[in-house]
Amino acid sequence: MLAKRIIPCLDCDFGVPEGRVVKGIEFRRITYAGIPWELAAEYDEQGADELVFLDITASHERRETMAQVIEKTASNVFIPLTVGGGILNLEDARKMFNAGADKVSVNTAAIMNPELVNELARRFGSQACVVAIDAKRRYLRSEEEALRAINEQREIVDTKEGKCWFECSFYGGRKFAGFDALKWTKEVAGRGAGEILLTSMDRDGTKDGFDLELTAAVCERVNIPVIASGGCGSPVHIKEVFEFTDASAALAASIFHYKEYTVEEVKRYLKENGILVR
Amino acid sequence: MIAILDYGMGNLFSIYNGLKRVYDQPMLITYDAIAQLREADGIIVPGVGAFDDCVRNFKPFSEALIERVESAVPVLGICIGMQLLFEASEEGNEKGLGLLPGTVVRLPDTVRVPHMGWNNLLPRRDSVLLDGITDADYFYFVHSYHCMPRDEARIIASVDYGVQVTAVVNRKNLYGVQFHPEKSSKRGLHLLKNFVSICKG
Repeated sequence: MLAKRIIPCLDCDFGVPEGRVVKGIEFRRITYAGIPWELAAEYDEQGADELVFLDITASHERRETMAQVIEKTASNVFIPLTVGGGILNLEDARKMFNAGADKVSVNTAAIMNPELVNELARRFGSQACVVAIDAKRRYLRSEEEALRAINEQREIVDTKEGKCWFECSFYGGRKFAGFDALKWTKEVAGRGAGEILLTSMDRDGTKDGFDLELTAAVCERVNIPVIASGGCGSPVHIKEVFEFTDASAALAASIFHYKEYTVEEVKRYLKENGILVR
Repeated sequence: MIAILDYGMGNLFSIYNGLKRVYDQPMLITYDAIAQLREADGIIVPGVGAFDDCVRNFKPFSEALIERVESAVPVLGICIGMQLLFEASEEGNEKGLGLLPGTVVRLPDTVRVPHMGWNNLLPRRDSVLLDGITDADYFYFVHSYHCMPRDEARIIASVDYGVQVTAVVNRKNLYGVQFHPEKSSKRGLHLLKNFVSICKG
């Protein structure tokens, strides 16, 4: 059977030579978890199924550093590598593939230019084209809001906290443009995306667990694999997302970077709870 | 020397590095250097991308590969490089190499497509390629089409993905794996090592 995947996410700051994996912010200062390829090798050793590298600086000058990091990682770590953050066009993507990346993940660039998804899939194959979707709940708190949502043909989900639709954010969660995330998932799947990296902006950074209702809603709407992201604070959250949704993979950052749990420990826990992992 | 055919389909960085881990003489062979295939103890046909693109790009290599297969040189096709060895694919209109009787068909809509992730193998027949590999070992798959050999005896291992997916095929010196050993961590490198042993005879 196909195992559920556990994916450590390496948020990379390339403002530092060789790059650094960002752990978090403590007392207003950015703290680092380590050098990307060293951490990558460590997670591989622990049994990570895949790695996602996100360039949080996403600036053009630093794309070369990202390529070097990928190249160095890929020469030593033999599991799939996904690169995201600031991939704007086919040329950026090609650079990453040549460096040894297996998939690129696009978010803002795809919203600005949806045709990019088709082009990536056509040129590099669907399997190499991940679309990252950052979604935020928009509750319908009044009759007026509900009516507007219906008029705007929003995909409305009945959650425990009330009815809502999901809005896409882009530019790293800083911008919203009225884009319906659930519609967008179907559109990108139709355009040839091979996988969706779904992040809940409500849960991201909270450690309260994945947005199960959002994840389930996306899994029901598309037939491509979905990676759940945003909010993972413990192995229990990972168990929940696999029990309550059809997500293919769970992505987490801080629980691994802070060494609260190793990938091995997470997998042992999942196995004990009847979830199939490698 | 074990040759990795570089026919312009996808980056060969990982397969080269993976093979390098278990063998000291991997060599990327482009069309310009095709004469060197005569010295190869083994040949790897990698590839990612669409079937028709692969077939077209592979054409300059076809004759040399077929000749080497007939000369009993071990050949390992990986992913689309395995699909290429069959007669045809639902994904495209071009003809495959036809070295293995059978076709390549799309995975059904009842499962998520692409089949992406780690799946354990169900070994069906003994093969040196799977020495030391059991049904507890997982390999990394990513594909939307899968191989249907006409002769089921060619299937050395399959995987259960809601449907049975052909994972490893073999006919004499010809081998194919649907998964990516170069992306399957330690078990993947172990399989590459087995292929190296086959090449060394």
